[in-house]
Amino acid sequence: MIGLYHYLTISAILFALAVAGIFINRRNLIVLLMCIELVLLAVNFNFVAFSRYLGDETGQAFVFFILTVAAAEAAIGLAILVVLFRNRRSINVQELDSMKG
Amino acid sequence: MQTIHLTIVLAPLLAAIVAGLFGKQIGRAGAHWLTILAVGLSFVLSMVVLKDIYWDGGAVENYSVYTWAVSDGLRMEVGFLIDRLTALMMVVVTFVSFMVHIYTIGYMHDDPGYQRFFSYISLFTFSMLMLVMSNNFLQLFFGWEAVGLVSYLLIGFWFKRESAIFANLKAFLVNRVGDFGFILGIAAIVMFTNSLDYMTVFGAAGDIARQDIAVFGGSPWNAMSVICILLFIGAMGKSAQAPLHVWLPDSMEGPTPISALIHAATMVTAGIFMVARMSPLFELSETALAVVLVIGSITAFFMGLLGIVQNDIKRVVAYSTLSQLGYMTVALGASAYGAAIFHLMTHAFFKALLFLAAGSVIIAMHHEQDIRKMGGIRKYMPITYWTSLVGSLALIGFPGFAGFFSKDALIEAVRHSHWEGQGAVYWIAYLSVLLGVFVTALYSFRMFFLVFHGKERMDEHTRSHIHETPAVVTVPLVLLAIPSAVIGWFTIGPVLFGDFFGPSIFVLPGHDVLAELGAEFHGSAQFLAHSFTAGPAFYLAAAGVLVAWFLYLKRPDLPEAIANRMSGLYTLLDRKYYFDELWINGFAAGGRRLGRFLWTRGDELIIDGVLVNGTANSVGRLAGTLRHLQTGYLYHYAFAMIIALTLFLGWLLWLQ
Repeated sequence: MIGLYHYLTISAILFALAVAGIFINRRNLIVLLMCIELVLLAVNFNFVAFSRYLGDETGQAFVFFILTVAAAEAAIGLAILVVLFRNRRSINVQELDSMKG
Repeated sequence: MQTIHLTIVLAPLLAAIVAGLFGKQIGRAGAHWLTILAVGLSFVLSMVVLKDIYWDGGAVENYSVYTWAVSDGLRMEVGFLIDRLTALMMVVVTFVSFMVHIYTIGYMHDDPGYQRFFSYISLFTFSMLMLVMSNNFLQLFFGWEAVGLVSYLLIGFWFKRESAIFANLKAFLVNRVGDFGFILGIAAIVMFTNSLDYMTVFGAAGDIARQDIAVFGGSPWNAMSVICILLFIGAMGKSAQAPLHVWLPDSMEGPTPISALIHAATMVTAGIFMVARMSPLFELSETALAVVLVIGSITAFFMGLLGIVQNDIKRVVAYSTLSQLGYMTVALGASAYGAAIFHLMTHAFFKALLFLAAGSVIIAMHHEQDIRKMGGIRKYMPITYWTSLVGSLALIGFPGFAGFFSKDALIEAVRHSHWEGQGAVYWIAYLSVLLGVFVTALYSFRMFFLVFHGKERMDEHTRSHIHETPAVVTVPLVLLAIPSAVIGWFTIGPVLFGDFFGPSIFVLPGHDVLAELGAEFHGSAQFLAHSFTAGPAFYLAAAGVLVAWFLYLKRPDLPEAIANRMSGLYTLLDRKYYFDELWINGFAAGGRRLGRFLWTRGDELIIDGVLVNGTANSVGRLAGTLRHLQTGYLYHYAFAMIIALTLFLGWLLWLQ
């Protein structure tokens, strides 16, 4: 029987993967954006799981909102990415250190 | 009467404003006509006031015209107190001012700042009238500062001259020292009475005299003595008493008409007037009176000595003014306020005369002021000669002239003053005024002989151009010579011994020397005859004239020989007792050094260096170190966020 516990585990694994992706990935900014999306998906997973578990549909409504915001965010992120690439001819994360003290 | 009082004060002010601001529009003639008419109007109305209050027995008027502010019960008002003392001062001020206005037409004839000058002297007349007519301390202080300001402007009238700028700054700064004392005195009065009104303060005088005040770390002083000495410090600045006298000789850098008006006849006597006005306070403090007496004696005698070695015609008269102011101060200290005011009045006439005569000589000599380069100009300038003679005779107290009556009465008053148990003070004062008579005669006639008699020492060019000055110059001389000669004879009886001042001057019965003298007074003629036998004053004056004649006409080689013989004394006098050095190198330079120290050490080093820039620098350095923590890599920031989030969450859980 698949219970709440399994969903939470999957969500945690997804979250851990995403965070690890953010840290470990040093090459590609697109991967970074994808990892951020993954974090949101992990959260959405939790929402849906708890909504079903508690029998309260509000959680699933939230998911739609989060997905909408995530889509907008992805669009803005990609736009920034395009501008960045135009300016610097690179999307290598290790080269983006202009905020270095 | 109120309208008259207001007109007296405001007419010169209005004229000053118009002449000053619209000088270009009204032109040179417009400026002098306007100001002369305004001051003439003030003079005539002042005479009306004097007539009303003296001959017609008008009542003393004391009222306020305008309330400026009321703060915590302290009323700050503009008001007039018109009693006989004020009326007399008003007439003296406006008369001398009127004469000087007319004279200025001749003296400043070619000056580009013609309208400005008339504006200033009219403004001065306004300020001086505000001072003498005031019925409260605030307005007194206003007038006091306003005359100081105009004096500053006029000493530096020729503002392109380095020496004039130095002199007016010096006058201003020295007067600040005095004014500091003055305003402290007023503050002390407000502290004890919470009032600025003369009558309220005089009414509370007895209370103040019974109280003590702690000065200098707790030792109690009599409050009245402290107040009076502080007020007198103000008078010392304004009336140029030693050691605050240094500004007056330098003020001669200004044009001669204002030397006559401000630095001889009126403004410098403001201190004398103020002390006489404050007689209900000064009478209650023997300590303050003793201070006044000693300062006055020192000034009277030692400043006179300096007149003997000066070679600038105006400076000789300036030192003579210092000495005569010393005389008035001595009279104040001896509680003979009436004698001081009487001498103030006669002095105003003959000293203004002497200054204007000196100015007339200066015009004729093409602005040469060194008496060593004059001589024998008697035959070129008869009117100036005779009026100067009248002025000099009045100054030395030649029997019959105005100065004789006032000075002789003053010396007698000092001789009869009551100073039980204070013998030294009494003898200092008496000997100073007595020997001062000899000194006065010596320097007056030294100058007189050097200028008008003896060899003609000017160069050929100047000599060929000497001629009598125009009527606008000589008419004021003649008009001033008349009172200088006769006013003493007519006024000594009523003014000095006839209870002229009445309640406006208060003297304790035990101090009242003038009343004692008055008991023996039987008319001017008897006073005149009495002077030959009563004291040595007349003989000292005669001796002074004789010595001057012998040294400067009979044996003109002698003075130099004496100067060489007593070179130490001569240098001391020539350097004016080193007072200038003391003030300039001692106090002023000390002040500058202190200022420089505070500027470089306190301001630049501590405030700017350590506090302001120091704070900014240390923030900068700290940030410079901390910035190395910033790598600029996104994943480092994200890592930090996650770690922190984990830690905070863990902490939250652990707390539960």
